[in-house]
Amino acid sequence: MDNRIYVEFDSISSNEALARVIVAAFLTRLDPTLDEIEEVKTAVSEAVTNAIIHGYENAGGTIFMECDIHNDEFTVTIRDEGVGIEDIKKAKEPLYTTKAEEDRSGMGFSFMEIFMDSLLVESEVSKGTKITMKKKIGGR
Amino acid sequence: MDMTEAIANDERNMKSDTTMEVIENVLIIHISGELDHHNSVDIRQKADEIICNKGIVNILFDFEGTEFMDSSGIGVIMGRYKKVKNFGGIIGSVNTRKNVEKILFFSGLNKIVRHYDSIESAVGEMKGGNQIG
Repeated sequence: MDNRIYVEFDSISSNEALARVIVAAFLTRLDPTLDEIEEVKTAVSEAVTNAIIHGYENAGGTIFMECDIHNDEFTVTIRDEGVGIEDIKKAKEPLYTTKAEEDRSGMGFSFMEIFMDSLLVESEVSKGTKITMKKKIGGR
Repeated sequence: MDMTEAIANDERNMKSDTTMEVIENVLIIHISGELDHHNSVDIRQKADEIICNKGIVNILFDFEGTEFMDSSGIGVIMGRYKKVKNFGGIIGSVNTRKNVEKILFFSGLNKIVRHYDSIESAVGEMKGGNQIG
């Protein structure tokens, strides 16, 4: 059965764990494998962390998360109204980071790409960033 | 996982129970629970204090209790590696489960992190430092 949830939460780092838990709980309906849950959790964690650190530059804000199940496909959208990304192509390069001094690895988008079936990044400077990821669940 | 369990997990994850100890001249970091951006800040700070104050150059990450790790964990390992590599330090890992193994593999970190079978054998091999001659 198709299903959808929409959550808004503060851009604070303790909500990274909360976002992962919400998504994992929502996903159980599709009877996912442990690997699938892990992979989705990792991808969501990366997107939410990006919004907190880069989108809102650790200064707080609101993060909007929407999860959707249609047939066996799971879609998650994570959106912020932060500073936006100037060069999306560059931001997606493995190991590229603007915050090396904070020990950011530059692997966030890579993990989103690896662990999900598709990744779409839409961003506008000073407006915000929207990340849409899809993954078929239970394709085993 | 039902919602009650999910919330209980979440409460637990709000704080990290990661502990650290020094055996011989190896700093052992037992990563407990979830290693994400939220928890990494504290872990980095504590580890760097020990690295600086005790002059430790060999660091062993024990992933036995690690339930989750994302790219923030990669940042923690890479950042510590940068600190100790010029002093002949070694970065090791032990008790790596599948979830962490995957993250290490995709980040390419398994090329600089040496994997050991047990804490004892890791300390035995790591305490001599990186003696490439």
